[in-house]
Amino acid sequence: MTVSELAQLDDFEAVALPEADREIDGAYSGDLLSWVMGRARAGNAWITIMSNINVVAVASLADTACVILAEGVIPDEEFTATAQARQVNVLRSGKPAYEISLILGSVL
Amino acid sequence: MSDALSFHYDVDGESFSSAGQASAGVKKNLRQLGIDPEIIRKVSIAMYEGEINMVIHAGGGEADITVEDNCIVIVLTDRGPGIADIDKAMEEGYSTARDNIRALGFGAGMGLPNMKRYTDEMNISSVVGEGTTITMKVFF
Ligand SMILES: Nc1ncnc2c1ncn2[C@@H]1O[C@H](COP(=O)(O)OP(=O)(O)OP(=O)(O)O)[C@@H](O)[C@H]1O
Ligand SMILES: [Mg+2]
Repeated sequence: MTVSELAQLDDFEAVALPEADREIDGAYSGDLLSWVMGRARAGNAWITIMSNINVVAVASLADTACVILAEGVIPDEEFTATAQARQVNVLRSGKPAYEISLILGSVL
Repeated sequence: MSDALSFHYDVDGESFSSAGQASAGVKKNLRQLGIDPEIIRKVSIAMYEGEINMVIHAGGGEADITVEDNCIVIVLTDRGPGIADIDKAMEEGYSTARDNIRALGFGAGMGLPNMKRYTDEMNISSVVGEGTTITMKVFF
């Protein structure tokens, strides 16, 4: 499934989709940045409640397919602009990380 | 590639929001050189962890990246407080990061272990009160 296809599902909303056609290959959930760096794989969807600017850097360098902001988190302008500029796809969802994981488990 | 190519970055110790710029720059440069994405990913992650450490723990520093025939060499140098017990610092979960840093998602104590994991060679030399130099190599 591509990131833009995921964004079209009911529980998801696009925040920034600079590489909308990117394929999602599995997922990783976590908020501690070094754990994500160490454990997420390239192409994963990364589910987190963190929305500070360092999240964009980690997603870019770890080469995840997209960030999914959980729990209805709304990122600020700088976050969205930086994601766009650095080719980092970002979605958001009102659901908690566990429920997002369940959805991904059924659609991926 | 026969000539060694190198990039130098000054890592600002003040600004948190721009932290990671040197790593982003390296990623971009390596991409332009057509280097294998897997290698770029390893170098980017190791370098980012080191760069963030210099910002958080050492008040900034310098990064030098050299593309050699058979590997990429990353040298990170700072004049921070140094690391008294390197073995301890290398343990997963060991961190001296303060609460304001932890609130940003750092401080898991996984940075140095990640640097080791994603590189083929890593050497730390540190003198308390003088600073730290970390050298890492990723082979093609
Ligand atoms: N350049 C440095 N100068 C001084 N101390 C350092 C430096 N780099 C690491 N340290 C020390 O080593 C500890 C472990 O570093 P490590 O990167 O593994 O974890 P962290 O930075 O605390 O958290 P994380 O990287 O998971 O966000 C740090 O908490 C700090 O005490
Ligand atoms: Mg660290």
